[in-house]
Amino acid sequence: MSEEMRKSDPPRPWGTTTIIGKRIPRVDAYERVSGSAVYPSDVTFPDMLYGAVLRCPWPNARVVSVDTSDAEKVEGVYAVISGRTPEADILWPYSKEISMKLFDPVCRYEGEPVAAVAAATPYQAWDAALAVKAQYERLPFLADERKALDDGAPRVHEIGNRVTPIQTYERGNIERGFAEADVVLEETYRTECEIHTPMELHGCVAKWERDRLTIWESTQGVYAVQSKVAEVLGLPLSKVRVIGHYMGGAFGSKLQPGKYTIIAALLAKITARPVKLFLTREETFLAVGNRPPANMRIRAGVKRDGRLTALHFSDLGTGGAYPAGGTAFVDWLAKDLYACPNVKTELSDVYINAGPSRPFRAPGHPQGAWALEQMMDALAEAIKMDPVEMRLKNIPLHSQARQGNPPYTTTGLRECLVEGAKAFKWQEARQRAKESRHHSHLCRGVGAASALWVVGSGRPPSTVLVKLFADGSANLNMGASDIGTGTKTVMAMVVAEELGVKPEAIQIENADTGTTQYATPSGGSKTVPTEAPAVRAASLSVKEQLLALAAQDLKTEASALALRDGEIISAADSSKRIKISDVTGLKEQGVLVGIGYRGPNPADKITCPFSAQFCEVEVDTKTGEVKILRFLGTNESGRVMDALTYDNQVFGGITMGIGLAMTEARVLDVAQTGKMLNRNWHDYKIPTALDVPPEMVSVPLNLPDAEANTTGAKGLGEPVTIPTAAAVANAIYNATGVRVTTSCMTPVHLCELFARTKQTGKEKKEG
Amino acid sequence: MKKKDTPDEDITKRGLTRRQFLTTMGVGTAAVAVSGSRPGHAAEEEAVIKAGEMTRITLNINGRRHRLMVEPRWSLLFLLRERLGLTGTKVGCERGECGACTVLINDVPRYACLTLAVEAEGARITTVEGLMKGEELGPVQQAFLEEDAFQCGYCTPGQIMTIEGLLRTKPDPAVDEIRTAMGGNLCRCGTYTHILNAAKRAAALKRKAGGA
Repeated sequence: MSEEMRKSDPPRPWGTTTIIGKRIPRVDAYERVSGSAVYPSDVTFPDMLYGAVLRCPWPNARVVSVDTSDAEKVEGVYAVISGRTPEADILWPYSKEISMKLFDPVCRYEGEPVAAVAAATPYQAWDAALAVKAQYERLPFLADERKALDDGAPRVHEIGNRVTPIQTYERGNIERGFAEADVVLEETYRTECEIHTPMELHGCVAKWERDRLTIWESTQGVYAVQSKVAEVLGLPLSKVRVIGHYMGGAFGSKLQPGKYTIIAALLAKITARPVKLFLTREETFLAVGNRPPANMRIRAGVKRDGRLTALHFSDLGTGGAYPAGGTAFVDWLAKDLYACPNVKTELSDVYINAGPSRPFRAPGHPQGAWALEQMMDALAEAIKMDPVEMRLKNIPLHSQARQGNPPYTTTGLRECLVEGAKAFKWQEARQRAKESRHHSHLCRGVGAASALWVVGSGRPPSTVLVKLFADGSANLNMGASDIGTGTKTVMAMVVAEELGVKPEAIQIENADTGTTQYATPSGGSKTVPTEAPAVRAASLSVKEQLLALAAQDLKTEASALALRDGEIISAADSSKRIKISDVTGLKEQGVLVGIGYRGPNPADKITCPFSAQFCEVEVDTKTGEVKILRFLGTNESGRVMDALTYDNQVFGGITMGIGLAMTEARVLDVAQTGKMLNRNWHDYKIPTALDVPPEMVSVPLNLPDAEANTTGAKGLGEPVTIPTAAAVANAIYNATGVRVTTSCMTPVHLCELFARTKQTGKEKKEG
Repeated sequence: MKKKDTPDEDITKRGLTRRQFLTTMGVGTAAVAVSGSRPGHAAEEEAVIKAGEMTRITLNINGRRHRLMVEPRWSLLFLLRERLGLTGTKVGCERGECGACTVLINDVPRYACLTLAVEAEGARITTVEGLMKGEELGPVQQAFLEEDAFQCGYCTPGQIMTIEGLLRTKPDPAVDEIRTAMGGNLCRCGTYTHILNAAKRAAALKRKAGGA
């Protein structure tokens, strides 16, 4: 069966669809709104213990001693472990190059685990964790990446503070490009470090049955957790079962397990009890990922007709104390978003004594967009051209940054800009904003920015099972996690489209390494374009088998039959029909099982999603307060699968982008202690309901990409957040004439800039 | 390590003053701020509370009486989730910042993480499970379903309880009143636009059903 499916031609793209593309509420909405969905943090067992982790309070310190004797005496304590516990003296492979211990004797960032306990209640666990007496030798620390390459800067690792040599990319000849330009501008930009803070804390419940380990983990990928846990604990994959039916958000920070996963497993092993270990909110600010800060510089050249001639882009970034992609993809938009013959980029990734990064929704892209899209705005002004029009002069049809300049399967960048501007009434809004100025301290402005996401095409592998039961109802079995994007719903819609059952009537098993099929983690906007074609293939396999069985009953050829509303009907003779539940072969067999695999992507083409966003702001130039009045997002992500969850994703991405733009910034005490100063949601503010514009509009461009995959869908989750912060910055510039090059745009920051601009009169940008 | 796990036995006399307890719990001033009746400088004179000491309380949760033994320091959140299995109420920060643990106490939305279980005695506590009529969703839950007012769903029970609480006191709120009411509930997926739509729909559903 499987070999047949692999070999047979891929199915043709859908024509008219009956379910795909509709606004359909989620198939698991009932569970989520009733409180009956069991998230990993909800899992409890009668004999379960609670874990807590003592973490290093310093950014760089050697652990001199750990005295657990008092902690062991605390009421309700079952186990205390540290680097001196034989079972816990194991390696934690950070990357291919760097390995450290689970409880490493050198803590290179604040929040490194030093000891852990298991106790009958979390209160007792914390009593005990705080009773562990750890002594540290504090070492010189480095908390500002901008000083990492200074002479005499403290070294995070003995080899020095560079993670890799400067990574350089070059095409064409930038000096020639700048010589051809009519206008050349140069500017530096910075985005601050952002913390994921998903609502469900990072953690798991670990439970052993002798040598078999089961972990309920809040994760984006159960198989990714399984493989790392098996590797670290030296277990066969078959002895590690990871379950994550529901999970409360991640945005890239739960693509992998954490040290906490291993600690929970060890505590459970030592105590012979299930152990629940979820971090506190404060710990999640320190130790489970972030979006790296970016220090960018762009020099850009443009002709009077709006065509770019050269781009020179550089970034200094940091993934913290370990190799974690501190500059990953920050230059991608500079290299690939606009047609430009001469481009050079340089990336410097350095270590600092801070928590390691993890991928954060569209890694590198919002940072790069912050710089590039503000520069595009400045160039347009310099040549007196509408900024949307200037972007339209530079639409690429090829992925220029890739080897061989391959064409895109489709590119909706032009449509995003044109349709978005139309729906937003861009021209009128720009004119209105212009007229509103100089009348008062309240200034209106509009801004636009666009984006692509480097991947979003999906790719193999994926294996999916679809089962058809004898009564015509169905079961969908896939390993992929639904991280809140509606994966289960979209996949049920695919089955429903092919088999004619209602989406809500499909039983779904997912995200369990013990019972569901292999899938890569849900992330990178690749889940729909990866899994949906596999689900479609599995559904078609079931349909093919069903029609073959029905053909025997109807004494006709299977090729003459169609499946419609629970019946198999002959196209030529509609009196030849049979209900699914009456098909003899199915009744005898009990179930039909279809296996679907994700086929390869087109060989010589690239598939990317595109987006453009438009916003209108009102800035109070006296207080520095910004009201974002409205936002509009246009997306070209191929086929729209579920129009309802699609819009939700668009609004969510914009909302998260508003956080990067307006309020979010990790603050490290660079001078005195190196510690993080805003490790909670009070001091690190993420958008609330009051920060979201009253008017939010999603303009989905339903342009099925026939070459991308058999469903025509591309990814959506990342492109929706890439241009947001830049669009707001452009709108603020439009309103005030002040270019804000450093995030985030708090009233304090803006007031300083406004005051400085007033003083210097002509100065229009941050100095 | 070889301790008995029945915390009511008098094994360790590890006493904590109330001030130490608050510090230990990492809630500091926030916890003090909610217990407004406490005098400002009384910490030194307060009685010593033993960590393992259990108190008998009776709580009214979703219309049922529960007789329970609790440590005085246990939050209502911990009790609901880890002792009673009412895991619809979620844990997001345990410091009154996110609203994932929002429940109704006498119809008013309150953070269960900042409410001690012993404080809740004598009050009517309603959790998201208490909005169900058997297996049927309540109107606010139904509205959240129809408007797709969530993504990962983890903040959702708290958001639902906040809207429920709002509509119990104000059946026909203005948009700005809804937005203000929502201000204490974080949603990192950023679904506020759909939550606002759901709140409006919930108000309509409730009116149709004949009020709260």
